[in-house]
Amino acid sequence: MAKITFKNLAHSYLAHPKSPNDYALKKTNLTLEDGVAYSLLGPSGCGKTTLLNIISGLLMASEGKIYFDDKDVTFLDTVDRNIAQVFQFPVVYDTMSVRKNLAFPLKNRGEDSAYIKKRVEVIAKSIGMEDILDKKASGLTADAKQKISLGRGMVREDVNAILLDEPLTVIDPHVKWELRLQLKVLHKEFSHTMIFVTHDQTEALTFSDQVVVMNDGVVVQIGSPEELFEKPAHTFVGFFIGSPGMNIFKADVMHDIATIGNVKLKLKSSYKKLTGKIELGIRPEYIKLSEDSGDIKIEITRIEDIGYHKIVRAKHQDMNINIIVPEDIKITKDFKYASFDTNHIFIYQDGWLVEPMGGSHE
Amino acid sequence: MNKTLNQKAWFLVLPAFLLVAFTAVIPLMTVINYSVQDTFGHNVFSWVGLEWFYEIIHSSRMHESLGRQALFTTIILLIEVPLGIFIALNMPKKGFWASFSLVIISLPMLIPGNVVGTIWQIFGRKDIGLLGHTLAGLGINYNYAENILSAWITIITMDVWHWTSLVVLLCYAGLQSIPDAYYQAAKIDQASRWSIFWYIELPKMRGVLLIAILLRFMDSFMIYSEPFVLTGGGPGNSTTFLSIDLVNMALGQFDLGPASAYSLMYFLVVLLVSWVFFTVMTSIDKKGDV
Repeated sequence: MAKITFKNLAHSYLAHPKSPNDYALKKTNLTLEDGVAYSLLGPSGCGKTTLLNIISGLLMASEGKIYFDDKDVTFLDTVDRNIAQVFQFPVVYDTMSVRKNLAFPLKNRGEDSAYIKKRVEVIAKSIGMEDILDKKASGLTADAKQKISLGRGMVREDVNAILLDEPLTVIDPHVKWELRLQLKVLHKEFSHTMIFVTHDQTEALTFSDQVVVMNDGVVVQIGSPEELFEKPAHTFVGFFIGSPGMNIFKADVMHDIATIGNVKLKLKSSYKKLTGKIELGIRPEYIKLSEDSGDIKIEITRIEDIGYHKIVRAKHQDMNINIIVPEDIKITKDFKYASFDTNHIFIYQDGWLVEPMGGSHE
Repeated sequence: MNKTLNQKAWFLVLPAFLLVAFTAVIPLMTVINYSVQDTFGHNVFSWVGLEWFYEIIHSSRMHESLGRQALFTTIILLIEVPLGIFIALNMPKKGFWASFSLVIISLPMLIPGNVVGTIWQIFGRKDIGLLGHTLAGLGINYNYAENILSAWITIITMDVWHWTSLVVLLCYAGLQSIPDAYYQAAKIDQASRWSIFWYIELPKMRGVLLIAILLRFMDSFMIYSEPFVLTGGGPGNSTTFLSIDLVNMALGQFDLGPASAYSLMYFLVVLLVSWVFFTVMTSIDKKGDV
């Protein structure tokens, strides 16, 4: 097990990348701590799998370095990196029994048979397959096959990290929960560093200690699920995490006054002079509706009751505003005003969070 | 329950029935008809029952041809299947060179059998053939018209040259359908090259290999034009395979009765072996799935 560090890592699938857009993974500096469960979260094509394959050595990064602890592994072969990886689609060796499948990585590394037997049984137990160990793998369902893949990933005790590339894609929704839970249990049990690639925020937020959000080949934020929710470092994170995502408005900011459209909002702190594209972000959870007074005049277009809360879709001039209201509060179209909680307003410059003068939020 | 009786449905079956009748049933019935009769020409036939079958089953001529045929088919299968797999494994997977090698590999298959026979006949000649001349120059005693071993080696080489590509193409298609993840997983599991072949590639190729072996078995068991053009069945009878023997009997000697009996038994042998092979292979497949 090891700490994984990227130094100026970048990758392009082209032989001679010219512009930054030619890179699937743009210059990245990142440290993944030992024993932590990480999620790599981002939309399809954002470079998650590229990053994962660079860690496992299936892909050689075109620029930069990668270290396991202090060891430079940039040009090391997959085998020598001692990594386990589980893929999107179950990979089982069809002609082998479940037992042989699980034992395969150990056998290839020349472990002794008593140890293999013991270890396979431990793993079989934790993936709930001890009863069908001697069954052939080819006849099993996709869920079971994927469990075998997970088991094969888990079977080596000394791996540096376990990489999971959207491993729950082919799994039925009700089994998904169970498997995700099992993954968490396995992580607690063996405390391997785990890196879980997904484009599903629920999956990422429930599985991991730390979430690495990627967009367009760039790591935009790394933090706990709470941090990502409470303080998105980039408008993309605000928008991508949460349902609906953060409200993001074009704004002008002068000292502690933000102007959206023709509404002026008093901010909690002062900002230095900003240039470029300035935006103001606030989560729908932190907007309150009122019938008679508030920061901004709105017109409610739709109210969606989704059970545990209501999503209110509203408009101010041509800006869309989403507001989340607790289930027990009654809302009608007569609510004409919205107020923003100043503790949860963030200012973004060219997409990136700007800290106010004289210290950060909270 | 009262079902409406509607015989019109037969008309829907009629086109298929007619097609099958003209392509299979009627020719086959003609052969069966000949096989139980004798003729002395002038379109006069007399009933002989199963006499021809009895004669053919006990004829050493058929036994020898069958033996040669079985040996030939076994040898070419033993060469073409592993060689085909080997070539398929080593072909480029994508890009220009993949298409290029596919075209090159497929070329021999596109050449008609009698042309292949002619090509190799000339190729092996001592006076004008590149192969024959070179071997003679090296002092090797090679003459497919006189030497039995030379004749066999030439015919086998010719068939391998002509048909290994079929096995290659089928295996290549099978290999292409294996997702990358399998290879990546194998890499991560530290599988050896042999393990990758044995546990991933071979099982995934099983279906196409079954078809390849079946096709190559049937085709080689019925081979005619290539050896006929190359050696005419000689030297002596040493390369007289079943179909050459059959044609000699039917058209050379004009023994229609025995030849018909011969061809029916020939047909049954091919059918039987294919059926046994197919059943065994698919039942192994099924067992694997349970």
